Amino acid sequence: MASGLMDVDVDRLERALLAEVAGAADLQALEQVRVEALGRKGRVTGLTRSLAELEPEARRAAGQRYNQLKQTVAEAIAARWRELQSSALDAQLIAERVDVTLPVRPSVEGRIHPVSQVTDEITAIFAEMGFSVAEGPDVENDFNNFGALNIPEEHPARQMMDTFYLEAEQNGRPLVLRTHTSPVQIRTMLAGPPPYRIIAPGRTYRCDSDMTHTPMFHQVEGLMIDRRTHMGHLKGCLTDFVRAFFERDDVPVRFRPSYFPFTEPSAEMDIGCRRSAGELIVGEGDDWLEILGCGMVHPNVLRAVAVDPEVWQGFAFGMGIDRVAMLKYGIPDLRTFFEPDLRWLRHYGFPALDVPTTYGGLSR
Amino acid sequence: MKFTLPWLREHLETEAGLEEIVDRLTMLGLEVEAVETRGADLSPFKVALVTEVRRHPDAERLSLCRVDTGGELAEVVCGAPNVHAGMKAVFAPVGVVIPASGEALRRARIRGVDSNGMLCSASELLLGEDRDGIIELPVDAPVGRPASEVIRLEGPVIEVAITANRGDCFGVLGIARELAAAGLGRLKHRDFRPVPGEFEAGLAITLDFPPGAEAACPLFVGRVFRGLRNGPSPAWLQARLTAIGLRPISTLVDITNLVTFDLGRPLHVFDAGRVRGDLSLRFARPGEALAALDGKTYRLDPDMTVIADASGAISLGGIMGGESTGCTAETTEVVLEVALFDPLRTASTGRRLGIESDARTRFERGVDPGMVLPGMEYATRLIQGLCGGSAGRPIVAGSVPPARPPFRFRMQQLERLSGIALHGAVIEQHMRSLGFGAEWVEDGVLQLWPPSWRHDVTMEADVVEELVRLHGYDRVPPMPVRRTEAIGHPALSPEQRQRASVRRALAARGLAEAVTWSFVEPELARRFGGQGIRLRNPINAELSVLRPSLLPHLLSAAARNQSRGQANAGLFEVGPRFFGAEPGEQEVVAAGIRVGQNHGRHWAEPPRPVDVFDARADALALLASCKLNADAVRVIADGPGHYHPGRRGRLMLGPQTILAEFGELHPAIARDLDITGRAVGFEVFLDRLPRPKAKPGRSRTPLKASPFPPVDRDFALVVAAEVAAESLLSAIRGADKSLIREVTLFDVYEGQGVGDGMKSLAVAVRLQAQDHTLTEAEIEAAAKRIVAAAAKATGATLRS
Repeated sequence: MASGLMDVDVDRLERALLAEVAGAADLQALEQVRVEALGRKGRVTGLTRSLAELEPEARRAAGQRYNQLKQTVAEAIAARWRELQSSALDAQLIAERVDVTLPVRPSVEGRIHPVSQVTDEITAIFAEMGFSVAEGPDVENDFNNFGALNIPEEHPARQMMDTFYLEAEQNGRPLVLRTHTSPVQIRTMLAGPPPYRIIAPGRTYRCDSDMTHTPMFHQVEGLMIDRRTHMGHLKGCLTDFVRAFFERDDVPVRFRPSYFPFTEPSAEMDIGCRRSAGELIVGEGDDWLEILGCGMVHPNVLRAVAVDPEVWQGFAFGMGIDRVAMLKYGIPDLRTFFEPDLRWLRHYGFPALDVPTTYGGLSR
Repeated sequence: MKFTLPWLREHLETEAGLEEIVDRLTMLGLEVEAVETRGADLSPFKVALVTEVRRHPDAERLSLCRVDTGGELAEVVCGAPNVHAGMKAVFAPVGVVIPASGEALRRARIRGVDSNGMLCSASELLLGEDRDGIIELPVDAPVGRPASEVIRLEGPVIEVAITANRGDCFGVLGIARELAAAGLGRLKHRDFRPVPGEFEAGLAITLDFPPGAEAACPLFVGRVFRGLRNGPSPAWLQARLTAIGLRPISTLVDITNLVTFDLGRPLHVFDAGRVRGDLSLRFARPGEALAALDGKTYRLDPDMTVIADASGAISLGGIMGGESTGCTAETTEVVLEVALFDPLRTASTGRRLGIESDARTRFERGVDPGMVLPGMEYATRLIQGLCGGSAGRPIVAGSVPPARPPFRFRMQQLERLSGIALHGAVIEQHMRSLGFGAEWVEDGVLQLWPPSWRHDVTMEADVVEELVRLHGYDRVPPMPVRRTEAIGHPALSPEQRQRASVRRALAARGLAEAVTWSFVEPELARRFGGQGIRLRNPINAELSVLRPSLLPHLLSAAARNQSRGQANAGLFEVGPRFFGAEPGEQEVVAAGIRVGQNHGRHWAEPPRPVDVFDARADALALLASCKLNADAVRVIADGPGHYHPGRRGRLMLGPQTILAEFGELHPAIARDLDITGRAVGFEVFLDRLPRPKAKPGRSRTPLKASPFPPVDRDFALVVAAEVAAESLLSAIRGADKSLIREVTLFDVYEGQGVGDGMKSLAVAVRLQAQDHTLTEAEIEAAAKRIVAAAAKATGATLRS
C-alpha cells in the first residue's frame, strides 16, 4: 500500500488527537489543535485527501474510518470548547463582581402638601354625591363677601370676622381679602340659574395670628340648591362625608343649633372624639369636636342673587381644610402648614402618585 | 356668658340635674363651653384686717402692708392696686398651699423687703378670673377666722357661648326661658311689682336728638335714691359675681352687675351728688371727651350717644359710665339709669373707641325693651334691700318702642325646609312656650307675635329653626344625597384638573409642595416685579402687600431650610399671584425653586450645582403634564430682572404669550435672602395656557411607525458663539420634515480648532423614510439640505 494508514495507526492518531484536545488549556490552544487536526493542512484533512490514491474497495473502508475519526475529533473539540468557554465566563463573572450593598444612585422624592391632598380627598367624596368644584378670587368686594350673605354693615358677625381690607375700593367700599369661601356661593348663583351643587375649596384670610390662627387658611364651601333639599339632606350629606373622609363608618356625629347670618336654620356639626394623653382620637369616645358650620341657605341670600326662595331651597356649609387635615393626619400645629420646612413636608406630605379616589381608597 | 347652677335655679323650677341641663342647653344652641366645679379648701386662709398701707421704698407698684390676722401682726408686700387700709382681705400664711399654683407659699424677700404671707386674689384661690386685685371681704368679716367661713363658693359655674342673634340669652333669665320652653322646668319670676316712689326728685331728663335720630335712645328711665349706705356687698352677692369672674366693687356697682347678668338688663348708677343739674341724652359735641370708668379718656365723635349734665358728657350711652359721676364708698345718693340704646350705634361706637363692656355686649345685640320698667323695679328692690334709703318716683323720658309687627307662618314651611312635620297644635304650643303670641288665621297659617326679647325671629325660616330646635335637631332623619346620574361627570373643570396634574408632575420630579402666604413684604414685591397691592390693616409689615410673584416666599423658605441643615432644597407652589387690586386681577401660577446642588455627595454620581437647565426642565415637564405640545413652545433668552441677566429665559407661545419664565436667581437677591450656593426658579402662568379642548371624542391620530431602518448622521457645525443653539436646531428640524425624525445636540465645544468667538455644536440627526429604505444618495442629499438650512439660518459651516 502506497499510502493510507493501517487501522492501528488511525487508532493511535485518534488517541493522540483526543489527548491534545483534552490537554488544550485555553480556547487559543484548542484552536491550535483544531487547525492542526481539521484545518486545510491538518492531519485528518491530509488523510482524507490521500484517499484518492486508494482502490475503490479500500477507499470506501478507509473513508468510513477517516470520517469517523474526523467526527470524533470534531465532537471532542466542540465539547472542549464549551468547557473552556464556560470556565472563561466563570472567571469573567468572578472578576466582574460588585458590592450590591452600595447605596443606589440618588433620586429626590417630592411631596404633595397635606392641604392639596386633603382637598383632593374632599373633592373625591363630594364628586360621588354629584358636586362639582367652583372657584372665586381671593380679593372680593363688599357685596359678595358680606352684603349678599345677609351680613349688614354693623352686624356683630361682620366685626368678628377680622377682615383684611385693601387700600383699593369698589363702589366706595374697601375691597377685602375674602374672609370665607362663601362669596363663591354668590358668584355661582349669579352666574346661572338653579339647581346648584358645588363645593368651593380655597384660600381665606382673617387678620388674626396666634397659636391656633394664621392670617391665611383654607376653607371649603358647599352649596346645594334645588326644589326639595331640606335639613335631612344636609344631615345625610355631611354625615356621609365625615364618615367617608375619616374612613370610619362609625364616626359619631351631632348637629346642634347655631347662628350664621347666611343660613336659617343654622347648625354646627360635631364629631365624636376622645382625648387621651394629649392625643386626639377622632371617631370614637364621649367628647365632641366642632368640625363645620352649616344650615339652610337664608331666604335673604337667595333673594340677593334673584333666586326665588319660594321655589328654590337647599343647604350650605363651610369647613376648614387645614383643620380637618390636622384631625385626620394628627398634625399638631396649624402654623407649620405655611412654613415650608422640608422635614415637615417629607413627614406629613404625600407621594406624588398617591391620588385619592373613592374606588381605590382615599388614603393608604 | 357665665352663670351658676343655683343662680339658674332661682329662675327655673326644675327636677333636672346638671348633666341634663348642660346637654339640653347645647342642643338648644346654647353651646356649653365649660362646666367648672368649684371648691378649693379655704380653711387654712384667714380673714385679715389691713391696718396700714405704705408705698414700697423701691417699687412704685408695690405696697407694704401691715396686716392684723387675729392677734398676730404680719408685714406683707402686696402688688394689688385695690389694697387700702381698713379693708378686710384673705391672708395666706407662710406654708399654705396656694390653690392656683399648687405650691406652698414661702417667706420671700421682695425688692429688699420681707413679705410674711400674702393677700390673695380671686384667681389665686380659684374663685374667679380676677388676678389684678385682691379679694375685698365684707367689713363685718371676723378677723382671724378661716376664710372658708366668710367666702361662700357658688357653683358649679356653667359657661355658654351665645350666638350673635341671641342677645336675650345674655341674662340668666333668658337661659332659663329657653330651658322652660324646651320642657325642662317652669319659669319663676323675679318680683317686678312697682315700688312706690317716696319723693319727687326734681331731676329732669330729656332726649335731645335731631329729628330722625330718635332711635339712638328711645327710652330712658331714671330713678333717684337717697340716704344709701354703699360699701362692700354681702357675701352672697360677692360670691355670685366672683363665681362668674367679676370683681366685687361696692354694693351699688355689684347690684348693677348682678342685674346685667341676671336679666340681661344693663344698668348704670350715677353718684347724684356729683351730677350737675339735669340730664340730657344727646349726641356728643364736636371735640367732646369723656374720662370713663376704666381710667381712660376717650375722644368722642358727633354720632355717639352720651348722657350729659351741665358739665358735659358724663357717660357713654350703652357702653360705659364716666369717672366724674362714679359711685364711691361715700356715695349716699344716686341716679339709677335704665335705658334703651340703638344696637348698631352702640356697636359702632364701642368698636371705634375700642371699649368692650358687659353693657355694650348686650346693647349691641339688642336688649329687651319690655324689661326696662321691670328691671328698674327689681333693681330698686335690691338697692333698698342692701343699701337702705328711699327711692324717688321714676322719671321716664321717651317710651317703650312699639312691638314688632306680627307675621304669618305657613306650617308646611316646616316640612319643606326641615323634612319633619309636626301637628298644628304642637307648633302652636312650641311657639307659645317661647313667648310668642300665636293665632291660626287660615288653614295651616299661624299668625305670630314675637315676644319683646326676640329681635331675631322675623320670618318663616326663623320659625322653622325655633321649631326644629325645640323638637330636636337630632330628631331630623338624615337623608342621603345622591347624584342624579348613575355615573358621575368629572367634578373638576379641565383647568382644575390641569392644576392637579401639575402638582403631581412637579412632586414626581422631586420638588416638595409648599403653601405660602398670599401677602409679602413690599420691598420683596418690588424686587420681584410689582409694587404689590397694599392692605390697610396688615398683620405686620412683612406681610403687607399682595404678592406679584410666588418666588419670594419659596426662596426665603429655601434659605431657612438651608439654615436648618437642608443645603439642597426643591420646593414648588401652585397658587395665585396678584397684578391688580380688583377682584379677578390674579392668575394661577405654578412656581418652583431649587437651591444648592442637584443631590448630596454620592460614590457613583458626583453632585453638581443646580442650574438654569434644571429650572427649564421643570417648567417643560410641567407643560408636558398639561399636554402642551413642546414644539409649540419657543425659548427666548430674556426674562425679568430678578434673574441673572445672562441665565434666564422665557417660554413663549406664539409671538406674544409668555407662558413661563425661568432662570438663575440674581446673585444679589440670593445674597440678600441668605441663600447659600446657587438658586434657580421658574414660574409657569397656567391661566395663559390654551384652554383644554372640550371635544366629544378623545381619539388620537393613527401611529405611523416606519418598518424601514433609520439612519443616524452626525454633524459638527461651527457658528458664532452668540448664536442660540435653538435657532440651529429648529433650522435643522425644518430642513426635511419628511425624513428627519429626531435632532439631538450632543456636544458644545469652544476653544482650540474652532476659532475665536466661534463654537462647534455637534448634532445627531436620525433620518427615516416612511415607505422605503433610504439609499446612500438620498442620505447624502438630506445631509446637504441640513447643512444648507443650518448655514442659511445661523451662518453655520461644517467643521473641517
